Amino acid sequence: MTLERGETLLVTLGIPVVLLVFFTLVPVLPTGTRHRVDFLAPGVLALAVMSTAMVSLGIATAFERSYGVLKRLGATPLGRPVLLTAKIVSVIAVEVAQIVILVAVSLALGWRPHPAAGLAVVAVLLATVAFAGIGLAMAGALRAEVTLAVANGVYVILLLIGGVLFPLAKLGGLASFARLLPTAALSDALHPTLGAGSGVPPEAWIVLGVWAVAAPVVAAMTFKWE
Amino acid sequence: MDGVSFDADAGEVVALLGPNGAGKTTTIETLEGYRRAGAGTVRVLGLDPWSDHTRLTARVGVVLQRGGVYPVMSAERAVRLFASYYEDPRDPEELIDLVGLRSVARTPYKRLSGGEQQRLALALALVGKPSVAFLDEPTAGVDPAGRIAVRDVVSALRSDGVCVILTSHELDEVQRLADRVVIVDHGKVVAAGRQGEIQGGAEELRFAADPGLAVGDLSARLGVPVSEGPPGEYVVSAAPVPALVASLTAWLAERDLALGDLRAGRQRLEDVFLRLTGAEVGVPAGSANHAAGSDSRRRERRGRGRR
Repeated sequence: MTLERGETLLVTLGIPVVLLVFFTLVPVLPTGTRHRVDFLAPGVLALAVMSTAMVSLGIATAFERSYGVLKRLGATPLGRPVLLTAKIVSVIAVEVAQIVILVAVSLALGWRPHPAAGLAVVAVLLATVAFAGIGLAMAGALRAEVTLAVANGVYVILLLIGGVLFPLAKLGGLASFARLLPTAALSDALHPTLGAGSGVPPEAWIVLGVWAVAAPVVAAMTFKWE
Repeated sequence: MDGVSFDADAGEVVALLGPNGAGKTTTIETLEGYRRAGAGTVRVLGLDPWSDHTRLTARVGVVLQRGGVYPVMSAERAVRLFASYYEDPRDPEELIDLVGLRSVARTPYKRLSGGEQQRLALALALVGKPSVAFLDEPTAGVDPAGRIAVRDVVSALRSDGVCVILTSHELDEVQRLADRVVIVDHGKVVAAGRQGEIQGGAEELRFAADPGLAVGDLSARLGVPVSEGPPGEYVVSAAPVPALVASLTAWLAERDLALGDLRAGRQRLEDVFLRLTGAEVGVPAGSANHAAGSDSRRRERRGRGRR
């Protein structure tokens, strides 16, 4: 059902691609790397993960809750575990599609990655769980329209301070706060594993790990099914 | 809720009636496993719907007060989807025909009329071949033709040995359909029994006329108790023998009062209902909606708190 919502596809795929292409071709961002695409490619991947796992999952679930769909499903043999598994599978499927397209576009723009793919995948999975937890926590606690606004708002903020379009160092004092957030942690993990080849800062793994545990737990505890 | 207690058997249709805010939905949601009973025992098919919820879902079908279908999904697709949740579902096509939605099978849910949505909800409740069906207002907003379809479906369920518990505001429907009736008000059961028994054995004479008649005087004249229920509705508590009717109409004629309506014999379910819960409904016309609204809100809050 998510794929059928054209507007979601626009956000989840359109925005990362547009940002990637525009800021690669237009020399306006202080990416700090020789080729802008080397910084932007991992950055938009982090963005893609956030938009699928947090924004589109969160909003879809929020509306399912407001239409009474979740409540109705509760009366069928479907069961919560199966429902959650189905949602996770669909999130991962969309992410795979996004990654394929974004990697293809990046390569076409001249990206030359040195991928430590295994670690990158781990980072993406941890971040997916963390963002899904945040998205579902919003969906379960807030009214659907509020979740819509908050999810999109958080997306924009994390886009700006998440190390997606320019290095965190450029943020000055704000950087230490930004590093505690999952988007920055994910970009901090993806940049070295897919690009420069230097190690992932351990703080990034810790931040990702903490969010990946705490966010789903909070969501599970606070989810109101009606 | 306060001491609500009743039971229902296979092949029986039990109607749960009550004014808004009486606790019908609370009761039914407790039976469906959405709420936990504060005290007492709740058993559906021998299982506790709260703690044994997973085991019951395959055998119970529900129609909730609010839809529960994705707005963009077509009726046909919704039935197929729900069929996939059960091990031995009914044929979706047959179900769609049964509830009379064949002509709108491909229409998205949000474009269905209220009555069509309600009938789809009924189909979804039955797709798993349940042994128990909880139907919350199954005919709300349904047009007369659709109501006949719903009635037929419920009768067929009864013949198949399904236990049907339904709530409704359509007392004529309930009268035609229910085997037993439970009336709740303010979270308590005010009447329960077989259809027919509830209406009472005692026969009465009921008539409608201008409000505020001198019932004391009339009562003295007829020699039997007379009371006014909701304004303008009067009950003469005696068997409606012709002599009584004649005395009544003579009394009215003397005072040049018009007779609006005259009913003799066993009460209608609606009369019983209004009498038992009528205190809330019987307010002067102008303030009726406002008072009833705030009353039911207050009742709703009290009901939840007490639980």
